[in-house]
Amino acid sequence: MINILKKAYLGIIVLIIYSPIVLLMAFSFNDSKTTSWQGFTLHWYFDLFKDYQIRQSFEYTVTVAAISTICSVIIGTLAAIGINQMTEWKRNLVMSVTYIPLLSPDIVIGISLMMLYSTLHIPFGLVTLILSHITFSVPYVILSVMPRLRTMNPNIYEAALDLGATPFYAFKHVILPEILPGVISGAFIAFTLSIDDFVVSFFNTASGVTTLSIQIYSMARKGVNPKINAISTIVFMTILIILIINNMRANKKFKENAK
Amino acid sequence: MYKRYLASPYILWSAIFIVVPLVLITYFSLKTETAEGITFTLDSYRRFFDPLYMEILIKSINLALITTIVCLISAYPLAMILNEKDMSNKTIILILIILPMWMNSLMRTYAWMILLENKGILNSILEYLGLPTRQFLYGDGAIVFGMIYNFFPFMVLPIYNALAKIDPNLIEASYDLGANKVQTFKRVTLPLSMPGVITGVLMVFMPSLTTFMVTRLLGGGQVVLIGNIIEEQFTRTNDWGFGSALSVILMLIIIITIRLMGKNETLGRGGGIV
Repeated sequence: MINILKKAYLGIIVLIIYSPIVLLMAFSFNDSKTTSWQGFTLHWYFDLFKDYQIRQSFEYTVTVAAISTICSVIIGTLAAIGINQMTEWKRNLVMSVTYIPLLSPDIVIGISLMMLYSTLHIPFGLVTLILSHITFSVPYVILSVMPRLRTMNPNIYEAALDLGATPFYAFKHVILPEILPGVISGAFIAFTLSIDDFVVSFFNTASGVTTLSIQIYSMARKGVNPKINAISTIVFMTILIILIINNMRANKKFKENAK
Repeated sequence: MYKRYLASPYILWSAIFIVVPLVLITYFSLKTETAEGITFTLDSYRRFFDPLYMEILIKSINLALITTIVCLISAYPLAMILNEKDMSNKTIILILIILPMWMNSLMRTYAWMILLENKGILNSILEYLGLPTRQFLYGDGAIVFGMIYNFFPFMVLPIYNALAKIDPNLIEASYDLGANKVQTFKRVTLPLSMPGVITGVLMVFMPSLTTFMVTRLLGGGQVVLIGNIIEEQFTRTNDWGFGSALSVILMLIIIITIRLMGKNETLGRGGGIV
């Protein structure tokens, strides 16, 4: 009896979580602007590709995500290695600052960066978007690389140097392979955070430069629109595929290690 | 050793993009421009004590609290069920519950617009059943519902992680020493899962207190919460002083909440999933 109740509870929660998402996707194939089912169509998807603004915002989203991911992975990984070598009080200080973006509400990050760019006279647009996305992604990269460094034996690196490796060679062949899983996880987190972000981008862009999130927000404010369903379906599927690939990679690693 | 300097780019970065913006918020919240030049006053903060804004803040805190409590009450049993050993397909169900976290919260909110709007699915169903239709959108209810839906996975995951870390031998020991299920839960499971509960509460309370997007989409401009007031100061009225003062107050509320809960670090939005 209790088991049935438990299963029912799980079922209800999964149903509540997925019914809006499934309906959203289903209606992206609906041949009508309203929510009554009028038959299957790919009309809205074709509309998306014809819509210059949406196509452009898609390009901006991918550009910002790619550049900010690469930059935050480089800055974050180097930072993690450096922080790991610091004396304790210095490390604590740097890590406290690193936690600030994680603990601040998005809206505060958004407006404070907006005031920063205005004060520094950096024109709003692609550059400010990328700078902002790097800022909120780097802490996640640091936090996913750090644990890997902690468990690594520092003597291996020293040994490589003693055996005549240059620091760069030692980094590439000794440190990097050890911390790579953390680096890749960090990259995935940075990429998804960048695609997902709405609030920070909203405050730090110019009128011509919109990401998909901003585009969806301005469309959704005017009410339900099947084009949004189509975009959402594409984005959701993309993220799903990224997560599946990442999990498969993690599982493969796990099995290899088990052997 | 030279490796220490690898952190220098980040230290410079965090100084410019994390520390300076916080200084700027404080600066603008205190700055007042008068004929004689710039002076520093508490005027922006004083404006906040207007009953109008106090009412909005109290309402925002209320709605965020309701959201947090509903999420906690519904997520805890779920996490417990997921943590049971004989649970079949555990990983799949866990992934199913966490997956929407990676979908843009804007899209999750929009999905509810389709369901709740006047000619939406819920009303179509009511009409089909011959029941009177009603307006679901544009009220506090829709907003609270949207926030619960949006932030629910952020409560499940940390509680589940905390429960999974509990040594099953401790539970066994409790039973062996004669405690019943309720006593074991109260004295062993619940205290040991508190770190997860605290993280979950923060991760739900913080975004629900500060959201302006959910309010705007599901409240349609009819409901105004503190996040909307801040947004307005920067996008429409251009009153940075007041907007900054409100942000400082919001940050203080969050810092106090974190202090009260006795935790300095949370997992953040990533939640340690990937």
